[in-house]
Amino acid sequence: MSQVVWTTLRLAGLTTVLLLALATPIAWWLARRPAWWKEIVGAVTTLPIILPPSVLGFYLLIALAPQSPLMGLLHPFGIRTLAFTFEGLVIGSMVYSLPFAVQPIRNAFEAMGARPLEAAATLRATPLDAFFTVALPQARRGFLTAAILVFAHTVGEFGVVLMIGGAIPGRTEVISVKIYQLVEALQYGEAHRLAAAVVAFSFAALLAMLLIDRGWERGLK
Amino acid sequence: MSAGIEGRFAGALGGFRLQAEFRLEPEGVTALSGPSGAGKTTLLRCIAGLVRLPGRLTVDGEAWQNERRFLPTHKRPVGVVFQEAALLSHLSVRGNLLYGARRARGEAGFDDVVELLGLAPLLARGTATLSGGERQRVALGRALLTRPKLVLLDEPLSSLDAAAKAEILPYLERLHRSLKVPALYISHDAGEIARLADHLLVMRDGRVTPGGPVRRIADELAGLSPAERDGLALAALRAGLTPQP
Repeated sequence: MSQVVWTTLRLAGLTTVLLLALATPIAWWLARRPAWWKEIVGAVTTLPIILPPSVLGFYLLIALAPQSPLMGLLHPFGIRTLAFTFEGLVIGSMVYSLPFAVQPIRNAFEAMGARPLEAAATLRATPLDAFFTVALPQARRGFLTAAILVFAHTVGEFGVVLMIGGAIPGRTEVISVKIYQLVEALQYGEAHRLAAAVVAFSFAALLAMLLIDRGWERGLK
Repeated sequence: MSAGIEGRFAGALGGFRLQAEFRLEPEGVTALSGPSGAGKTTLLRCIAGLVRLPGRLTVDGEAWQNERRFLPTHKRPVGVVFQEAALLSHLSVRGNLLYGARRARGEAGFDDVVELLGLAPLLARGTATLSGGERQRVALGRALLTRPKLVLLDEPLSSLDAAAKAEILPYLERLHRSLKVPALYISHDAGEIARLADHLLVMRDGRVTPGGPVRRIADELAGLSPAERDGLALAALRAGLTPQP
């Protein structure tokens, strides 16, 4: 049981860290000087919200299978397939939660506007310096929202992990799938414990987010 | 090395066409006045490098912009005070003052600037709690601490009510007396110009009217009220311009 929890938390944590790093440049690029054709990229990054997880999982399974061109590129490195592996699960979770990372960060960058960056430039900050010392701290609430949403969404995902993970104990078996299996096996007691833990954890995460946000709001007064 | 600031910008931005040629005196405050939409802010942004239009700009003999070269804003020793202060909201007042100072190695003058602008009681505060006048004083101090060769102020008092203006004007007058570098001060307000400016430039439809005899300037400003014209005339007199006979 604890192995399932550990796999889930490891998956959600790794997905969150990697996805924030990936989503930040995308969100920045989308938020700065928006042109209509950038919305094509905007739509692609938002697509996972409206696609059924089974559709997403199906395509991911094909992309991560040994015959796919994508995996072909990795064959020289000794990697034949990422389907039914933890690494594949991380990639799938990143795709699945991409919109939940890009949208809040993009909104935060857009809400900030160009003025703080102009002010930073007149204060001798190079664009890169201004990005790290002005844009990132000004958008911190967007990052907090993105982190919580991605983490929670990854803990809660079911369809994608079932299709590309295969619920291999110790490697790709996560809480949401485990609960499903327990219920199927009529082990309601176990299912109850696990489900209650997820509810408590989710509540604690959201509460922490709101409290941190509130602290930041009051921080400089 | 020629002192002073000379520039010329010609180009279109959206539907607006700027065709400005100007010279700033190497010392003192030059007021830039004229009706709304004349291009004053655009000219200021060109000088700061925040907008790029074809042209050239030379400051104390150094080319900030010409046919081959465009110095990005962060490499221009220019202090800018925006209309709404544009303080960095994630930093305290001290953080805002030091942000530019550290990058320009201008921390040495910190105490002087704090003293000059009466900022000592504000240093630990967050920017959200400052009044409009306090915000502009911080923005001004922040700009001065970047060791600028030129200070640009874009209507820093226009968003303030009468009481806040009255509070900040004495600080600006003190600054005017102690400022060692030239400043360009955009303002509509004849009273402000009369109190703070040494020289006067007027813009209209994207062009800068060359400084000249008071009457000609007054004619240029036919759109202004008599009180505003008198204020500008007074400023022009202080700037050493003589009325035409």
